[in-house]
Amino acid sequence: MRVTQGCFSFLPDLTDEQIRSQVQYCLEKGWAVNIEFTDDPHPRNTYWEMWGLPMFDLRDAAGIMKELADCRRVYGDRYIRISGFDASHGWESVRISFIANRPANEPGFGLQRQEAEGRNTRYSTFSYAAQKPEGERYSS
Amino acid sequence: MNDQSMTVRGKERYKSGVMEYKRMGYWEPGYQPKDTDVIALFRVTPQDGVDPTEACAAVAGESSTATWTVVWTDRLTAAEKYRAKCYRVDPVPNSLGSYFAYIAYDLDLFEPGSISNLTASIIGNVFGFKPLKALRLEDMRFPVAYVKTFQGPATGIVVERERLDKFGRPLLGATVKPKLGLSGRNYGRVVYEALKGGLDFTKDDENINSQPFMHWRERFLYCTEAVNRAQAATGEIKGTYLNVTAATMEDMYERAEFAHELGSNIVMIDLVIGYTAIQSMAKWARRNDMILHLHRAGHSTYTRQRSHGVSFRVIAKWMRLAGVDHIHAGTVVGKLEGDPNTTRGYYDICREDYVPENLAHGIFFDQHWASLNKLMPVASGGIHAGQMHQLLDLLGEDVVLQFGGGTIGHPRGIQAGATANRVALEAMILARNEGRDFVHEGPEILAKAALTCTPLREALEVWKDVTFNYESTDAPDFVPTPSMAV
Amino acid sequence: MEIAPVLAQLDRELIGLMPVKTRIREIASLLLIERIRQKMALATTFPTLHMSFTGNPGTGKTTVALRMAGILHRLGFVRRGHVISVTRDDLVGQYIGHTAPKTKEILKKAMGGVLFIDEAYYLYRPENERDYGQEAIEILLQMMEAQREDLVVILAGYGDRMEKFFQSNPGFRSRIGHHIDFPDYSEAELLAIAQLMLEEQHYRFSPKAREAFEHYIAVRKTQPLFSNARSIRNALDRIRLRQANRLVANLDRVLTGEDVMSIEADDVLASRVFSKAARETGLNGKGDA
Repeated sequence: MRVTQGCFSFLPDLTDEQIRSQVQYCLEKGWAVNIEFTDDPHPRNTYWEMWGLPMFDLRDAAGIMKELADCRRVYGDRYIRISGFDASHGWESVRISFIANRPANEPGFGLQRQEAEGRNTRYSTFSYAAQKPEGERYSS
Repeated sequence: MNDQSMTVRGKERYKSGVMEYKRMGYWEPGYQPKDTDVIALFRVTPQDGVDPTEACAAVAGESSTATWTVVWTDRLTAAEKYRAKCYRVDPVPNSLGSYFAYIAYDLDLFEPGSISNLTASIIGNVFGFKPLKALRLEDMRFPVAYVKTFQGPATGIVVERERLDKFGRPLLGATVKPKLGLSGRNYGRVVYEALKGGLDFTKDDENINSQPFMHWRERFLYCTEAVNRAQAATGEIKGTYLNVTAATMEDMYERAEFAHELGSNIVMIDLVIGYTAIQSMAKWARRNDMILHLHRAGHSTYTRQRSHGVSFRVIAKWMRLAGVDHIHAGTVVGKLEGDPNTTRGYYDICREDYVPENLAHGIFFDQHWASLNKLMPVASGGIHAGQMHQLLDLLGEDVVLQFGGGTIGHPRGIQAGATANRVALEAMILARNEGRDFVHEGPEILAKAALTCTPLREALEVWKDVTFNYESTDAPDFVPTPSMAV
Repeated sequence: MEIAPVLAQLDRELIGLMPVKTRIREIASLLLIERIRQKMALATTFPTLHMSFTGNPGTGKTTVALRMAGILHRLGFVRRGHVISVTRDDLVGQYIGHTAPKTKEILKKAMGGVLFIDEAYYLYRPENERDYGQEAIEILLQMMEAQREDLVVILAGYGDRMEKFFQSNPGFRSRIGHHIDFPDYSEAELLAIAQLMLEEQHYRFSPKAREAFEHYIAVRKTQPLFSNARSIRNALDRIRLRQANRLVANLDRVLTGEDVMSIEADDVLASRVFSKAARETGLNGKGDA
């Protein structure tokens, strides 16, 4: 399967040039850019690990591309996402987020059902990869 | 227009009998509206032979303290404060016999936080007033002091996006079709296919409630299965607007509670349930972490005609105060009414914290929203993937694009239809952010995306010539000069 | 790729500095041709653009760096053309593990533009083996090599100290493409600078004040901590203060435009520079006065 979180998951994986353009777009909007990675892409896993602090006040995407390259070097077997954060009043939140790196193999999620009262069912989504210990989930 | 006050003062004012409204104090051309006044702008079309100033004063009177004759009991009150004051009357540009009347209402005339009370005053009696041929409420200005008495959208655009983990692009939805007749089991199938194919939301239609072919619990249970399955299949958060519209508040609460128990992140109501019910549901939604979708069912009965009724921009303002999270606000390019400039005005009302006067967009007043949550507009009705560049250009990225037929009518099925829409959207956002002239290069961008996406290629082929180019019935009347007056 | 306006602006803004302007013209021409050669696919490598600006304080190094960034931007050698101006404190940390993130942070901000490091030799403190400056130097050197297309570094400072710095850190010398030496201003140039500054602020010297200021320059140049144009700016600030004091002390008449614009000889001559010169005690002075 393919995890389709983020802005561009239905397109072919972005090239570095395409990623650079999106990052530059964020910088021109005055947004801070953040790089995060995880080996637990559960849809409700909000807090991915941060690759350093969000980068504020940058003018050019080159600095972020270098950080992305460094992050890939260490965590290239995991999901890496890039997000742009807008601190202006009324937003103060993420304004764009997209996956910039994904594991070679994505085993996806299972759905567990627990029969409850009447016809009600309780659902729980679990990641097949997350059955393994942290750090061993995507590396072979 | 006439700029003299004709208000009778002293003893003469309260002499028993009938007196013209403009002489009773409802026409005060020198009046400067206070920052705390509620202001309404009416389009007044008097019967033939009726003095326009008197007609406008009558609107002020009938929507505030007046009755048809002088009453001595006015003297037991601070009557001058409570009288609505018409302070300006302009002829409507290019429309002989109609007038824009600006009327100011003191804040004390209104119960805090109640749309029902507000509307009972402003549109309560006056629309049937005999001396008028027609009357339309065009716009309103709410003072910050009044705005702050409302909860506002239960969730708001920012928190909705955070909960859904979806940023930087319009959300995608589809209304399940056919509108009526599917059983719960078949209905859930449509939901699953559309969500798995790439949509974020599916939606019940306005008239899907609890009918012989599908009782509401069936729908809720099968839709929940579909949403959870799609979520596991994509790793992405999904939702379906469960319509909880019902005959009584008790029924609505029961349905909403069940949706909540099933773990739904969104419920839906119809505008026809009424303002009090809407505000009740908005409070319920805030208490229960639920996004509240409003379908504007029925609004065109009073919003569509230029001469009579209530402009949708006013409905949009009321709904932002009332506290819904989604509102259908037009598509411009789709099958339903929508002049581009007027629609832009609606979208601004929903999404901005401060909306400045903009006559070209039909906005007559500066409006501060005082940090009330933003309301997500929904574009729905006759739109398809081939219009993606226009939709993004006209509506921006904080909008739900709902492709009902444009998803379910895809020749290779619902999943393919959903995928086509999602790919078209992502390709357009990518291009826009890269700085491309996506409006003009739109067709090329879509064609290129279609090279790696067969469903999109098929969608573009099937709907390539579909457009709805009809004259709009509700465009703003204004003269593009610094002044409204002609 | 129009660079003439930037060069013209440089001419307008900076008095004198002929050797510097000539060097910049040369560099600009070289880069222009380089760009054309790139377009014709004749250039094989990305040119080395890092520079060193040497000279005494107040000789226009920062201003020239700004213009240089403009030229590089117009020619497409840097993508944004902004200048991040730093000193040792911005790059070097106080404790272990502090320096690398600090330096990298600055480098990221400078990407796409010019990093201007003033008094660059302070990065290197040979007397302290464990000085964290060394760490910053290593990161800088690596970036100057690996990301030449993303960043231009300009090192600036006194000529003699820079020379020593390069001797101890040959890695820098080999990565610097262009050296520009900024000479001290002549007395005539300093006077012209003073007049330009006054004009911008709508003041002017009376003939006698002008004479007094010429004298001031001659004396001030011989005293310690003289820093060219910067000393002139400071002197003018204090002269304006004294002028205002003089006018306020005498407020029983209506002030004319001429009054408030004009600097008189007394405003200049009250400077401590003269009294110090007279007492010949300028050696332990506090610099500009």
